[in-house]
Amino acid sequence: MPEFTKTTLSNGLTVLLKEIHTASLISSWMWYRVGSRDEAPPLTGISHLVEHMQFKGTPKYPASMMDKAISRDGGMWNAFTFLDWTTFFETMPADKIDLALRLEADRMRHSVFDEKEFASERTVVASEREGSENEPLFQLGETVQQAAFRVHSYHHEVIGDMADIKSMTRDDLYRHYRTYYVPNNAVMGVAGDFKTKEMLGRIKELFGKIPSAATPPRLARPEPEQRGEVRLSIEGQGETAYLQAAYHFPAAPHPDFFALSVLDSLLAGPSNLNMFGGGSISNKTSRLYRALVDKELAVSLSGGSTTTVDPFLYYITLTIHPKRMPDEALAALDVELRRVQDELVSKEEVARAIKQARANFAYGMENITNQAFWLGYSEMFADYGWFLAYLDKLALVKPKDVQRVAQMYFRPQNRVIGTYLPSGKGEA
Amino acid sequence: MCAQRKSSHPATTSFPGPEDIHRSVLSNGITILCRANFNSPSVSIAGYINAGSLFDPDDKLGLADFAASALMRGTEKHSFDGLYNELESVGASLGFDSGIHATGFHGRALVEDLPLLLVLLSETLRQPTFPEVEVEKLRHQLLTGLAIRSQDTSDMAELTFDELLFQGHPYARPEDGFPETIQAITRQDLADYHRHAFGPRGMVIVMVGAVEPKKAADAIGRVLGDWKNRDQVDALLMPELKRLDETVRRHVTIDGKSQADLIIGTNGPRRTDADYMAASLGNSVLGQFGMMGRVGKSVREKSGLAYYVYSGLSAGLGPGSWSVSAGVSPANVKKAGDLIVKELKRFIKGGVTKEELLDSQANFIGRLPLSLESNGGVAGALISMERYSLGLDYYRRYPDLVKSVTPSDVLKVARKYIDPDRLVVAVAGS
Repeated sequence: MPEFTKTTLSNGLTVLLKEIHTASLISSWMWYRVGSRDEAPPLTGISHLVEHMQFKGTPKYPASMMDKAISRDGGMWNAFTFLDWTTFFETMPADKIDLALRLEADRMRHSVFDEKEFASERTVVASEREGSENEPLFQLGETVQQAAFRVHSYHHEVIGDMADIKSMTRDDLYRHYRTYYVPNNAVMGVAGDFKTKEMLGRIKELFGKIPSAATPPRLARPEPEQRGEVRLSIEGQGETAYLQAAYHFPAAPHPDFFALSVLDSLLAGPSNLNMFGGGSISNKTSRLYRALVDKELAVSLSGGSTTTVDPFLYYITLTIHPKRMPDEALAALDVELRRVQDELVSKEEVARAIKQARANFAYGMENITNQAFWLGYSEMFADYGWFLAYLDKLALVKPKDVQRVAQMYFRPQNRVIGTYLPSGKGEA
Repeated sequence: MCAQRKSSHPATTSFPGPEDIHRSVLSNGITILCRANFNSPSVSIAGYINAGSLFDPDDKLGLADFAASALMRGTEKHSFDGLYNELESVGASLGFDSGIHATGFHGRALVEDLPLLLVLLSETLRQPTFPEVEVEKLRHQLLTGLAIRSQDTSDMAELTFDELLFQGHPYARPEDGFPETIQAITRQDLADYHRHAFGPRGMVIVMVGAVEPKKAADAIGRVLGDWKNRDQVDALLMPELKRLDETVRRHVTIDGKSQADLIIGTNGPRRTDADYMAASLGNSVLGQFGMMGRVGKSVREKSGLAYYVYSGLSAGLGPGSWSVSAGVSPANVKKAGDLIVKELKRFIKGGVTKEELLDSQANFIGRLPLSLESNGGVAGALISMERYSLGLDYYRRYPDLVKSVTPSDVLKVARKYIDPDRLVVAVAGS
């Protein structure tokens, strides 16, 4: 694993750099510690809308010019908003990266947030939400998430509620932007074909003069322990039923995370944490596939958690077999979960999960954008050391650790069960 | 057999070309292309067999697709669970998918597990057993997939678009069939199809990763070199496509949807046509470049009507399509459609400006390093080279090829295909 450099500029901007000379590409990521968890009604979805407005230009780099310049150079750029963070990246031919750096520095402070541009972007985001609402699994996921978090702001979807998307104002957005888009609330990760000293010098030149500001506080209202299982159901079109089981899970820095990652591999196949790593490893010999899909209670299943600052959820999602009912699948799911709680898993199964993680890491190494992604992403919930130590930590997991976390987290009292019931069920 | 090098290996600085692609043809007709990449201890394989839904009888539409999925359901040596256990235990993957002309495969593994990946590829291609129990399980999964498709606005708009554009041509049929045709397919149908359609003649396999190319080719030869199939039937000839006489519209109603999908388009070139590059660059200006080109600017940026709107060429061995797709609120379907048609009219009236063309040309050339970065990206490029006879030096000639297109070439190809009075307009949603 190549070396990396981590430093903090005098204005508080944390910078991580990693030289990779396998292709003449550089990928640069700017992460802000702001996401949907920093929002309360009537401003849910504001972080995502601000992210969209960051593509609408600054006086120096008008929207059309930025887009054109990056595309002309054959670059790729995009942005993502999540629960805990918002990130912007550019991957460019190595000799063209300066443009991306200048642009990112400029829009940390000088984005315009033009009223007219906002009016049209608001409807674009409303359309994005309408597209998601078309999907039964979005509808179910949103309902389950709301039921799992009564107090914590992980309660709402990243895109926000339609009522808020439609009512927030340009000034709300601008205030949010100026509060959170400050260097001392940001982490920059750059990987690729550069010399560290030169790159750091250029970053200092471009970003070092941006003044720091009060570090914005995070909205943190801890979710009290759930008192017993919550069950809910929603109804919609179609012939297909879905079931989602969501278990409260620890935050990524928690020591149990690694044993739970092994358990995830065993139960539902390995989760691929890479953002740009290509397809994932299938899960057809996972315990839940064998118990649910092979036995024809479901036609497909997926499982996985995500890396968050505060405790979030582990989801198991089932597409129910057309000839079965969700309750039958749930009963079989519970049998399997009891099995990992009652019986020690074998050492071979644990070793297998570790090998699967090693393969996913190797696939992720094929691509510089993904390696640059990890530099900053890991800093959002832990630090880059977390990523570097990941495989070693996983290798320390023992069967009894897997059993202990299975008993601790996969309790019915700790979960929300949601079902999507098709109105057309039975007519098929 | 696989020489794995340390990461100090020199950077891959050039694009794939004749001196670093190893190409060979086995005596049974399999073409092999390999290229090394020692940047990660992983390897990707990909390829195809000339067998697809073109062979499907109308009443058993979906047969090729069903068969492709069923290859992994059991072989003479492994059960379904046994096959996947081998793969998943080492974090490898292998999968098949079927199109109209070909059944494709793709896999990846840590380089230490390449021998296993190749053996399982050979086994699933040559010795699938289509176990009855597994076929029935798969059938339910496919039927559920079709039930989900019928509720998916984007899938249904695409299906409707193809049905209208390719009337009377095999391209009008969905490769995954319909519920009644999937019900009609028997285990014996799958086995018969496999016996006639699957064979080494015309097969292409590529490998990219931490293996010396010659050694990679030898390893492939060892597992697939002795494959013979005297029953293998060659691909069928395709009928000519009849062009549209007038604009045709269809709205598929799917209740309870907050967004409708809209596709407006017409015929497009084949991948092998001389004017493909001009069409591709024109398409970039129309609905790709930057945030989705001209249609993006009009429908998304200015009017705020859609989160996504873009144009695309679908160009393969046979007649292609050229279309604009958008996801819009049901109330805005007409408004968005009018804006799209307005852009199409502008496109064939004035073509593209020199400046717009230069932008897209720079983008096409500049994005190569990014698209050819991963093993999977290079594997896809090698497959296209072989499939469309582009030549091993394609990426060396590519910049000149791109730069040689003029605005009048774009205008000519735009007018050849796009006629605003002969369009397909397909909508799916509430």
